[in-house]
Amino acid sequence: MTNYYQKEIETAPREEILKIQNEKIRKQVKHVYENVPYYRNLMEEKGLTPDDIQSVDDIKKLPFLSKADLRDSYPYGMLGVDLKDCVRIHSTSGTTGKRVVAFYTQNDIDLWNECCARAIVAAGGNEDDVCQVCYGYGLFTGGLGLDGGSHKVGCLTLPMSSGNTDRQIQFMMDLGATIICCTPSYAAFIGESLAERGYKPEDNKLKAGIFGAEPWTEEMRRSIEKSLGIKAYDIYGLTETSGPGVAYECEEQTGMHINEDHFYAEIIDPDTGEVLPEGSKGELVFTALDKEAFPLLRYRTRDICVLTREKCSCGRTHVKMCKPMGRSDDMLIIRGVNVFPSQIETVLLNEGYTPNYQIEIGRKNNTDTLDIYVEADPAKISDKIADIQDMEAGLASAMRTMLGIGPKIHLVPPKTITRSEGKAVRVIDNRKLHD
Amino acid sequence: MAITQLSIFLENKPGTLHDTVKRISEAGVNIRAMTIAEVRDFGILRIIVDDVAKAMEVLQDDHIITTTEVVSAVMEDKAGALYDILQALEAANVNIEYMYAYTGEVTGSANVVFRVDDIEGAEAKLREAGVEVL
Ligand SMILES: [Zn+2]
Repeated sequence: MTNYYQKEIETAPREEILKIQNEKIRKQVKHVYENVPYYRNLMEEKGLTPDDIQSVDDIKKLPFLSKADLRDSYPYGMLGVDLKDCVRIHSTSGTTGKRVVAFYTQNDIDLWNECCARAIVAAGGNEDDVCQVCYGYGLFTGGLGLDGGSHKVGCLTLPMSSGNTDRQIQFMMDLGATIICCTPSYAAFIGESLAERGYKPEDNKLKAGIFGAEPWTEEMRRSIEKSLGIKAYDIYGLTETSGPGVAYECEEQTGMHINEDHFYAEIIDPDTGEVLPEGSKGELVFTALDKEAFPLLRYRTRDICVLTREKCSCGRTHVKMCKPMGRSDDMLIIRGVNVFPSQIETVLLNEGYTPNYQIEIGRKNNTDTLDIYVEADPAKISDKIADIQDMEAGLASAMRTMLGIGPKIHLVPPKTITRSEGKAVRVIDNRKLHD
Repeated sequence: MAITQLSIFLENKPGTLHDTVKRISEAGVNIRAMTIAEVRDFGILRIIVDDVAKAMEVLQDDHIITTTEVVSAVMEDKAGALYDILQALEAANVNIEYMYAYTGEVTGSANVVFRVDDIEGAEAKLREAGVEVL
């Protein structure tokens, strides 16, 4: 039986959701126009006033925001309320340039926590559950987001934060945790650690896991489910729009329902900015419909995915997004197939390699060639040629399954992949030289 | 007693072998035997050195090295010597992955290195057949 945290809105008829979205967008555009001079300027450049936006159909007229805008307006340029009304910030890790700092009013936090609560209930959670949150607590949205959701549901919350696997396992076993929230890679690690300590999957009381914040594959899901003896649910979100809980999976596990009463989603062509019809693959764009402190309109996530409004067996009526397939800025087209470096990284991690790699694309006899250089783990290399060739062939086959095209794999010694300013050069595209 | 061979994974591009051997040489480590097995993209340099620990120390940071226990047998410099050794191993059903030879310490002899699946069995059989094992 399906449970809901807020049944009425989660299963509302489409017309009802649309009505709520239309009301909210009119109010929100006015709020942003009046309180965020940065966005007001962007609107004025297009000759727009709030009166031009009467419904979600008009959202396509609005200017986009990107990470570059957040950098330009750092730190207070996107603030929609007085600082006295803000109660918290969260921040991205800042691996690509300046950090994003997002602000929250108490109301923003409450709505966000409700979104996380919907995710926990969709994963089978209720007030009888013991919810172990091992996402990082602090600037990262994962820990405090799921923590807030767990409180709303009424679970006994274990605010573990990340790391210290011994302690995670001790609390999990001693207190009988039933739900675990963390990154999929950490879930896989905990699964291995439990096995190393002699625990079988049925020895723990876990029934569900809510995993997100990094790319993972369907194979990874099945292996986590097996090693922990749980059902593994995907969750999506980003600091710019609040945090985890923008979208979450139901028991069908075929994509994540976007909380459409709070977020309006579009799929656009990343090159032209044109809005694409339902079912198209493109860049995901979010408009926060009721955020007060950090009210981003048409924020380009750079995540490539597909939306579907097909009826879901869980009864929820909100649109579903697929797992992001990669980042629009990294997309490569090789032999006509879209390839994302993140997919290559995922395969490497799944196959037990470190994500130190370099992709070289070339052209031979008018066909694209794909060579992937991978730093091998010294501990796994054999002194026999055949063993190394088997490793390369195994990795090539896993890549073919994920990417849809077969690469040539070259194992190389550690630290041989060129690094500039400490960051590895991931992609070398030699095709232009041959054109 | 088996001896330790270093197997060094090398990318097949100019200068890699040179750099690796230079490093070993600068550390004052003597390479007693070496062989290279290669395919198109990479090779494996297999060496026997007089100071395994020191060679590991100067190489392990940026090389893929594995240590492998191998059997080293003394072979006389005369017709049929290798055949006798191989026959002893064959009789013991020992599978040889690869082998190579280098000059022995005694004039008129060579050492043959065998990478086998059953080191103890191989050594016992060789001794039984009157072959000196290092
Ligand atoms: Zn559903």
